[in-house]
Amino acid sequence: MPEAPALRIQGLRHAYAGQPVLALDSLHLAPGEQCLLLGPSGSGKTTLLHAIAGLLRPTAGEIQVRGQDLAALGSAARDRFRGRHIGIVFQRLHLLPALTVLDNLRLAQRLGGRPADTTAALGLLDALGLAGLAARKPAALSTGQAQRVAIARALVQRPALLLADEPTSSLDDANAQRGLRLLRSQAQAAGAALLLVSHDARLRGQFDRELRLDGPA
Amino acid sequence: MTALHLALAQLRHTPLLTALNALLMALGTASIVFLLLAGDQFARAIARDAQGIDLVLGAKGSPLQLILSSVYHADIPTGNIPLAEARRWAEDRRVARAVPLSLGDSYRGFRIVGTTPDYAGLYAARLQQGEYWQAPLQAVVGAAVARETGLGLGDSFSGAHGLAGGAAHADHAPYRVVGLLAPSGTVLDRLILTSLESVWALHGAPAAALPGAAREDHHDHDHDHDHDEGRDHTHGGHPDSAAPGPRRQEQQDPAEREITALLLRYATPMAAISLPREVNAQSQLQAAAPAFELARLLQLVGLGLEGLRAFAAVLILSAGFAVFVALYGALEARQYDFALLRCLGATRGQLLRSLCLEGLLLTALGALLGTLLGYAAMAALGQWLAHSRGLLLDPWVWPPQQSWLLLGLLAVGLLASALPAWRAYRSDVARILAQE
Repeated sequence: MPEAPALRIQGLRHAYAGQPVLALDSLHLAPGEQCLLLGPSGSGKTTLLHAIAGLLRPTAGEIQVRGQDLAALGSAARDRFRGRHIGIVFQRLHLLPALTVLDNLRLAQRLGGRPADTTAALGLLDALGLAGLAARKPAALSTGQAQRVAIARALVQRPALLLADEPTSSLDDANAQRGLRLLRSQAQAAGAALLLVSHDARLRGQFDRELRLDGPA
Repeated sequence: MTALHLALAQLRHTPLLTALNALLMALGTASIVFLLLAGDQFARAIARDAQGIDLVLGAKGSPLQLILSSVYHADIPTGNIPLAEARRWAEDRRVARAVPLSLGDSYRGFRIVGTTPDYAGLYAARLQQGEYWQAPLQAVVGAAVARETGLGLGDSFSGAHGLAGGAAHADHAPYRVVGLLAPSGTVLDRLILTSLESVWALHGAPAAALPGAAREDHHDHDHDHDHDEGRDHTHGGHPDSAAPGPRRQEQQDPAEREITALLLRYATPMAAISLPREVNAQSQLQAAAPAFELARLLQLVGLGLEGLRAFAAVLILSAGFAVFVALYGALEARQYDFALLRCLGATRGQLLRSLCLEGLLLTALGALLGTLLGYAAMAALGQWLAHSRGLLLDPWVWPPQQSWLLLGLLAVGLLASALPAWRAYRSDVARILAQE
């Protein structure tokens, strides 16, 4: 039996208060595949990511992650499914300020429905060059370190799909390149398909698959 | 588990706010716990001193004063009653036991009580050393008296008029200590017991602590006082001084002897209906029931306690409000955290539980701290009272209201976190994330 695609989108439409904000006819991502989705602001990139993550219910269309139709899941089940199979890296690198770096990772594991695996979490931090920072609170990290922790946190429960929302747009060229490299290599190492949405033109030409998202007509 | 973990982490993350809120809660809790314990102990101590005493007969006056003076030895007597009259009631068949008391003198603030050994029997008190009096002017001292005055077996002392160290009976033979009572945690600990005859011997006219009566008593002694002014506080007995007692007694007509009060125990519960009424109607005596007078007194004191309790309740409610403000005020700042948690796979229910747990933990921490504080304050008070008043308190009791208090506190905590938790539950993650 062929493995289900990491992501499968069909005829997706979304509207806020009758105003269409998103239109995407079709998108397939094979397991482990990496794809860049470029679009200007207002083209519905963030809305698309939220719909894929199951954080909002699209007006029309179907989204499947690992063969699971998100619309078929109840609210709590969708939350658990997201925690288990979808990792998200945000534009603003948000970590829980009350928890240490390691606890941020362990929380992601637990919310992902897995037992907290400290060895795996520390291994991932080590791979991202953060080995010495496990006991720090997020407030004590530099922007670059926080970004790497956010990447580790999104991957620590080994999701099938990694969503990244403008992960590089607030970084300078060198940091953006390094961040992107880490994101791609770690997604690959974790076996996660990567969908990166951005309006950052610097990223153009670096992915095998590049799509343009235009606003709804 | 995850919710608890998050709640704990959040509380640790803002230690000052957590400490402040817990402290507010602790102060309110401690006040109520202390009041509950103090009220409980007060009621117990009061009941302990009145045990076995169903009715008190004494001179007419305030019934509460009669109870306070003859049961608790905390007031001056209402006056004296003829012994013959008292005997009539003591021999009534509705009375199981009658203990006469004759008051009037004290030694260094401790009351000297002329009575029978039955009086100590009321409180099931034991002698620690020595024996009960066999002759006039022999005394048995309570445990607190012995500790504070240093009186021991064989020591002598002279009584003074009234409670607060009036003129000493230096003209008389001093009392000799023949027995020491073991601590009983009752009013006995602070009394000096002797025979009725001792009191009669010392007071040609029977003891009376009413100011007027006391002055009359003084007149009787005037001559002796003039003589012996210089020896007022000496303990050493004058060789001749043993004489006046018996001499006076001879002068006194036994039929005119008086006592201060008679403590009665009913033979049958039915006596409570008829006996007090008969006494009040048919004699110059007054009958007062400790249980009834105490209920009246506690009602008065209770009003004060109610006020304090209401104040403590206000403290707790303000603490609950502070917890609410802390949680609610942080909602805005934390809404992104909540959205993030949802992105990581937390369900709405987990968020709700986590926030409620935060409120509950804060309250529980305050309640725990407050309970400890309340008991510590009570223990300190108990120590002090045991030392200074000989009042034995047992602070390590758990009044039933205490359990209700803790439940109530947790309810306050839950209530304080309900609205913030509900708002976190309802929050729209996508909209919050889109605002970044």
